[in-house]
Amino acid sequence: MISVVWLALGRLPAFGGDRRSIRAGQSRRHRGSRVIERTLRRKRTFLVLLALAAMFVLAACAGPDRLGIDSVVDSDLPQNALDPAGPAARSIDNLWWLVFWIATVIFVVVEAALIFVVFRFRRRGGTDEPVKQVHGSTRLEIVWTIIPAVILAAIAVPTIATLFDLRAEPAPSENALQVEVTGHQWWWEFYYPEYDVTTANELHIPAGRPVYLTMTSADVIHSFWVPQLNGKRDLVPGRTTNLTLEADEPGVFFGQCAEFCGLAHADMRHRVFAETEADFEAWASAQAEPATLPAEGPAAAGWETFQISCASCHTVDGTSAEGDFAPNLTHFASRTTFGGATFANTEAHLREWLRDPIDLKPMRPDYNDLEAGRVLGMPNLGLTEVEIDGLIAFLDTLE
Amino acid sequence: MATVNPPMEAAQSDAPSRTGVWTWLTTTDHKKIGLLYGGSAIVFFVVGGIEALLIRVQLATPNGEFLSADAYNQMFTMHATTMVFLVVMPAAAAFTNYFLPLLIGARDVAFPRLNAFSYWVFLFGGLFLTSSFFLGGAPDGGWFGYAPLSSQLNEVVRMDYWALGLQIVGLASLLASVNFITTMFTMRAPGMTLMRMPVFAWMALVVNFLLLFSLPIITVGLIQVFLDRNLGTLFFDAANGGDPILWQHLFWLFGHPEVYILILPAMGIVSEVLPTFSRKPLFGRSFVIFSGIAIGFMGFGVWAHHMFTAGLGPVAEAAFALTTMFIAVPTGVKIFNWLGTVWGGSVRLATPMLFSLGFIAMFVIGGLSGVTHSVAPADWQQHDTYYVVAHFHYVLFGGAVLGLMAGMYYWWPKITGKLLDERLGKIHFWLILAGFNLTFAPMHILGLNGMPRRTYRYPEGLGFEFWNFLATLGSFLIAVSMLVLFWNMFRTWRRGEVAGPDPWDGRTLEWTISSPPPEHNFDRIPVVEHEDDFWYRKYSTADDGTSVAIDPPPDMEVEPEANIHLPSPSFYPVLTGSGMFVTLMGLVYVPWGLVAVGVGALITMWGLFGWSMEPITREDH
Repeated sequence: MISVVWLALGRLPAFGGDRRSIRAGQSRRHRGSRVIERTLRRKRTFLVLLALAAMFVLAACAGPDRLGIDSVVDSDLPQNALDPAGPAARSIDNLWWLVFWIATVIFVVVEAALIFVVFRFRRRGGTDEPVKQVHGSTRLEIVWTIIPAVILAAIAVPTIATLFDLRAEPAPSENALQVEVTGHQWWWEFYYPEYDVTTANELHIPAGRPVYLTMTSADVIHSFWVPQLNGKRDLVPGRTTNLTLEADEPGVFFGQCAEFCGLAHADMRHRVFAETEADFEAWASAQAEPATLPAEGPAAAGWETFQISCASCHTVDGTSAEGDFAPNLTHFASRTTFGGATFANTEAHLREWLRDPIDLKPMRPDYNDLEAGRVLGMPNLGLTEVEIDGLIAFLDTLE
Repeated sequence: MATVNPPMEAAQSDAPSRTGVWTWLTTTDHKKIGLLYGGSAIVFFVVGGIEALLIRVQLATPNGEFLSADAYNQMFTMHATTMVFLVVMPAAAAFTNYFLPLLIGARDVAFPRLNAFSYWVFLFGGLFLTSSFFLGGAPDGGWFGYAPLSSQLNEVVRMDYWALGLQIVGLASLLASVNFITTMFTMRAPGMTLMRMPVFAWMALVVNFLLLFSLPIITVGLIQVFLDRNLGTLFFDAANGGDPILWQHLFWLFGHPEVYILILPAMGIVSEVLPTFSRKPLFGRSFVIFSGIAIGFMGFGVWAHHMFTAGLGPVAEAAFALTTMFIAVPTGVKIFNWLGTVWGGSVRLATPMLFSLGFIAMFVIGGLSGVTHSVAPADWQQHDTYYVVAHFHYVLFGGAVLGLMAGMYYWWPKITGKLLDERLGKIHFWLILAGFNLTFAPMHILGLNGMPRRTYRYPEGLGFEFWNFLATLGSFLIAVSMLVLFWNMFRTWRRGEVAGPDPWDGRTLEWTISSPPPEHNFDRIPVVEHEDDFWYRKYSTADDGTSVAIDPPPDMEVEPEANIHLPSPSFYPVLTGSGMFVTLMGLVYVPWGLVAVGVGALITMWGLFGWSMEPITREDH
């Protein structure tokens, strides 16, 4: 790609012209500043062109936007840790700004001192001045050992207090919603034991009530992170870890896996939908319903294909599809995204996905070993366009 | 190992003829080995830099399609592995090799053949790691290789390259640490008490103790990963009673001291450069030394701050938050003492000084963002985001790399006899400073805005576009600045201004001898009477405490010693190292590679046998 930039630049008239004028400027220096001025102006033009060329070439490297975040939220920074929307994130945010301002003061003082000593004691006129050979001062050493220690002790107190506060399990009186989270390469599984609901990648929670996550991993280490609601916590195979989420108000919050988990780590995203208590209850009871199979039409044909091609990995509650290696699709059509919350749930994206999943999201289904319980993504099922039409119609019925 | 040479004149007249490839392959001269380390570090810096640029091009735009996810994961794994193990560590080893004996008034290191062996093992390890790109793909599980991601998937050899490559590069450092520690404890010039040792030597001493104690830990961990991958030993397999968290403890118990292994040599260099260009002794010298030792000790007690999100439990997190906060105290002491050194001096803003001041300015930023990580709840947000990437680049690039570059500009005239061009040096400095900040300052914001590390692409609409584009522009500015440096090196190599023995009016022993130094370093081993001994040979102290040049300048010529002990060249270190390389290559491709393992083991045995049987006296001098 770099060579492309150079090839493009070689053809720009400004580049050649610039070099010529430098040469002219060198051989006829006596002609004065006009030549230099023109050279400088051309250099500036050249730099602007260079930046434009770089932007143009780099823009050519960008792929299409398949997630459409802008259509879901207003915020310019929907994954911003500095924009807390819940009590845990807010107390971290308060702590962060305290430390930030202390650090900023120290930064300004030290950098100002550095700049001051350099300018104050800079050698002038190119001659060395006699310098007093000072070896140190124990008093100063004590001062600049104690002051930082005191500042750090001051930071330590709220740090430890916040730490224990945020690590505490919600009290029974808070009536926390329990959710079990399992990390998979590269998607999330959410199970609501109170409702016996399993869903994927999109977590629905009631606003204003703590949600206590009990998390583990099916394969490698992942990390669950919704910056606006709380810090992140790892999901470790063979262990359970916990995290409390709480949103002040209804809203959509973005997050993604924060511990490198292999090939498609970047495409292991999740969304949290905080809803009013009534909306949440409605959602949960709808999700608890089994699927109703379509009786006729392309959707019914799709179900036939599903049984053959999909059911060994995917579950649709209330049907014979009981595979548990991949996301539960019982209410797939109610989700806004798929593929690890990486693609908006549209017909066009589904079609691309069903034609060749690896073309959309990097996965290693060639390493799948269902008997050993190892799944590294969805293989290309070699579906015909008719089968794909049917599957899309069938998935659309899974409200 | 040491031999009795013919008189020094013979050694000198012999020197020009020994410049061929064979000389370099068999050299046991600490200066030549230092140059080999330095040259290799520069080559690997270019490799790691290209990896970085590819990463930045991929991230310049949302939904980048320049690299595949697979290629991207290899790039960030190898960028870190290369920069840590094949650039900063060997660059520090280059300075330690070349200058430690000169700084303490010795003719070589304690074990010259072991020294050569360390270098060859390092080089073969580096080539082994890099060759993986052409042999099925480079390691792609992160430089930290978290199990079970690194220990699963035994179909792919990539993380075998990583486990074995780190192992062998670590062995090189471990052997070097034994060598340097012994050198410092046994080979100092008469009168060079420990407290009179230059601060660079002191920091090297701390670094080598850190290597000695931390490398065995990672060695154990890497063997476990390798065995899990190849023999199914289940150390890190949770389903069978293993524990992935164990790997994290082992890795970071090595990995955090490693951070100080990377930064302390740069701190040592800065502690040499600031006094020279301020014409004052290092302020609070003993405090700088002891804070370095304190950092070394405390560095072993903070590792779990890399694991604040692993779910260790609030008590462990609180304990490690506190230890991490307090390691900032000795670090602060160093910074204040450096400011105190410049205070009241006669500051000459030559390139080495600019890089040292740049080191302080950037390291302060990295240190302060480090304190924000020690605030564990804040770290739950920052961990594994670009904020952390920004932090450690301010420490390792703004800190270690700028410090090492200060050392390069400072000692280049001693090594080559020619001064680097000051104007180009200053252009290099300002370009790299601007490029560095343009690249890494935006990453603080990206991380806090929610961008995780190690993600090969990011969608539109999260607000990551602008800062990423800026960072990519900055990274190319860094690349341009490096071209200026290489041009400067190339141009002054032959046509540069002749430096003379003491171009900076230096304070330490290396400036008493010619540039480049003779093979035997010192015509006569100096007798040391002061810290900064050379300064006090040139200057007396007036009543008001200022330095007054001794007039006429003292004659530095000394009567050469009649018999000078120099180590003999040896072919066996490189032979043994190459045998280990063949063994490693075989181990990656078990089972059929076992043939290569056997061949490599035989070569290694041959090398070790020949090494131990080598006659002590060099016959054909």
